Amino acid sequence: MTATPSPLRAAPETFARREWPRATWYAAAYDVEVGAHLLPRTVAGASLVLFRTPSGEARALENACWHRLLPLSEGKLLGDEVMCGYHGLRYDADGRCTFMPSQTTVNPSARVRSYPVAERHRFVWVWTGDPADADPATIPDLHWNDDPAWAGDGRLIHVDCNYKLIVDNLMDLTHETFVHGGSIGHRSVAESPFEVTHGKGTVTVTRWMIDVEAPPFWARQLEWRGATPGHVDRWQIIHFTPPGTIAIDVGVAPTGTGAPEGDRSQGVNGFVLNTMTPESPTSTHYFWAFARNYALGDQRITTLLRDGVSGVFAEDEEVLAAQQRAIDAHPDKEFYNLNIDGGAMWARRMIDLMLAAEDDSYAEAGARAERDIAEHHRADPGDGAEREVARARAEAERARSGS
Amino acid sequence: MSSTFVGARVRAVRAVADEVRQVELVPDDGARAYPPGSHLDLALEIDGLPVVRSYSVVGAAPEDGAYRIAVKLLPDSRGGSRRVHGLAAGDRLELRHPTSHFELDPRRPGYLLVAGGIGITPLVGMAEVLARQQDRTGAPVRLAYAGRRRAGMPFVDHLRGVLGDAVVTAAGENGERLDLAAEISGLHPDGEVYVCGPPRLTDAVRACWAEQGRPARRLRTETFGTAGRHPTEAFDVEVRDHGLTVHVPRDRTLLAALHDAGVEMVWDCLRGECGLCTVGVLGVVGKAPVVDHRDVFLDAAEQDESTRLCACVSRAVGGLLTIDTGFRP
Repeated sequence: MTATPSPLRAAPETFARREWPRATWYAAAYDVEVGAHLLPRTVAGASLVLFRTPSGEARALENACWHRLLPLSEGKLLGDEVMCGYHGLRYDADGRCTFMPSQTTVNPSARVRSYPVAERHRFVWVWTGDPADADPATIPDLHWNDDPAWAGDGRLIHVDCNYKLIVDNLMDLTHETFVHGGSIGHRSVAESPFEVTHGKGTVTVTRWMIDVEAPPFWARQLEWRGATPGHVDRWQIIHFTPPGTIAIDVGVAPTGTGAPEGDRSQGVNGFVLNTMTPESPTSTHYFWAFARNYALGDQRITTLLRDGVSGVFAEDEEVLAAQQRAIDAHPDKEFYNLNIDGGAMWARRMIDLMLAAEDDSYAEAGARAERDIAEHHRADPGDGAEREVARARAEAERARSGS
Repeated sequence: MSSTFVGARVRAVRAVADEVRQVELVPDDGARAYPPGSHLDLALEIDGLPVVRSYSVVGAAPEDGAYRIAVKLLPDSRGGSRRVHGLAAGDRLELRHPTSHFELDPRRPGYLLVAGGIGITPLVGMAEVLARQQDRTGAPVRLAYAGRRRAGMPFVDHLRGVLGDAVVTAAGENGERLDLAAEISGLHPDGEVYVCGPPRLTDAVRACWAEQGRPARRLRTETFGTAGRHPTEAFDVEVRDHGLTVHVPRDRTLLAALHDAGVEMVWDCLRGECGLCTVGVLGVVGKAPVVDHRDVFLDAAEQDESTRLCACVSRAVGGLLTIDTGFRP
């Protein structure tokens, strides 16, 4: 058996694909959004109604009555039953009809689809694939969001763009320099080299900025933490889990206190937690949170940070929506890729693999991706971070001696 | 019922038990994944007339691009099984891709599957799916499978391979009977039972289920409306509001016969679920019981009273039935 070499292409066609995988968990809501009321939400193209049963369990049903399709969210939640607001048909928490008007029996076919739900890390996750495959063990890791060693909060924003544009945005943070100049941006982000590594179902982008000025967002946190002002070593380690979850390990520590070697005790560390749920091909529910590992009991800091990050993300929102409008206005155009897009390209490759597993028309792209990964596989996380630190150090050294 | 028929090829036909044939069908546009408990519709020609028959799909997924159905030859039926048994590899026919009215809730803490005879077909896929997810969920699954003769019960070995000792069978010829009360009492309080078989079996499970105080909605049945408590016979109805007497042959439903006779009717499900095609019963001439209710729309008391019947599935046995279709000229 001989392997047929595939022609190399300049770029995979992934950027043109707007679809999302089905066999996966998507965050449908923040835990606090779901209660004893009917919450409509479209997840991966499926119109759902979310609610909690009296025992506190979150549920997700198809948001259309079996009978005449009125959205169930327009009806009433009565205990653990949803009553349609039109003719009073009732459904139990599993979506089975339990009452029909003017008859004593209930048509056994009458049901609305019920989606597997699991609650984890402060999100209500919904599985949109074959219910028999819904394994909560595959929910992406965002444990910082409810780990007692961390404190924080976040928000849900609705962004008018395809979810992959947000993946692109988060997989490459050089944009901080240009989009978030007043908060987290600094020229060092766009100037520092970075390393992209990938493993089975993970992509990691590591960037260390050694001996740089702390941007305002971080300077303030160092102050709260009581650290001495001055130059810092700054890190951004981006962890991607397909199709749309990104946990970014971020922080700064005074230069020379050993953060690059693993001692972050003198600095401040945060995790930017992001999970993107496609709503439609051009809109996304973007759940994010910022968790920190200091001053855990200080709600004032939690609120300040959440509001601060909200401001930062509002800047992204504007860019992303404008980008989607531009894409729609130029349907014949494709993206070109830069060196900085390596993380995003690998992330999209992972999404392609998931799509390929679900749909034969992706098989070719999937096989190619599979091959690429097999050929270029590198353990992840690996020594990338160390190499990165050394490189960034040398860079800083050169800059200092040169200027 | 909205999806359209597509061409399909019979890939293979083989006997899987006495009088039971498994037919592999390859649709021209490719077999699709389907939920367990699904059925497909075949467009058949019986005695020169086009008819549609529904058959449960065997197994959790298509096998090498083919849907599988298993059909028992029923001399007492409306002719579909005879036609299917006449199929051979290479034949062409039309089918509608599988859909499910008998959906499996994958999140119950325990399951009991109860099959009678050829009613095993939708439960094979359910057993496969439940066994597959059992590693993760730990939800116990039992299958109780009854038939008249052991040699006429397909898939027993396959099911033992899937569920092991959790399969119990009972062959009537050996004087064996399922211990339904024990099976039900062994089921988790929030567990579900899925039943597919003749009405007598369904009735027995239902009675046992109610006796043990279990909620009706946790008992799931497949309704094709094709089997009754009486043999299928030809009968006559007097349609008083039309001044007509209509003969209902053994292989036609009352609804179809009324329609053929020009009696305007409305209907939807054709399985005795929705109740749209019910007609009033004005009187019966002949010996009781004369109405064989095969629907699930009317409750037990209403079926007992027999003032209405579902024309799509229910029939009369002997005697002449006088009905009211609501026509008021």
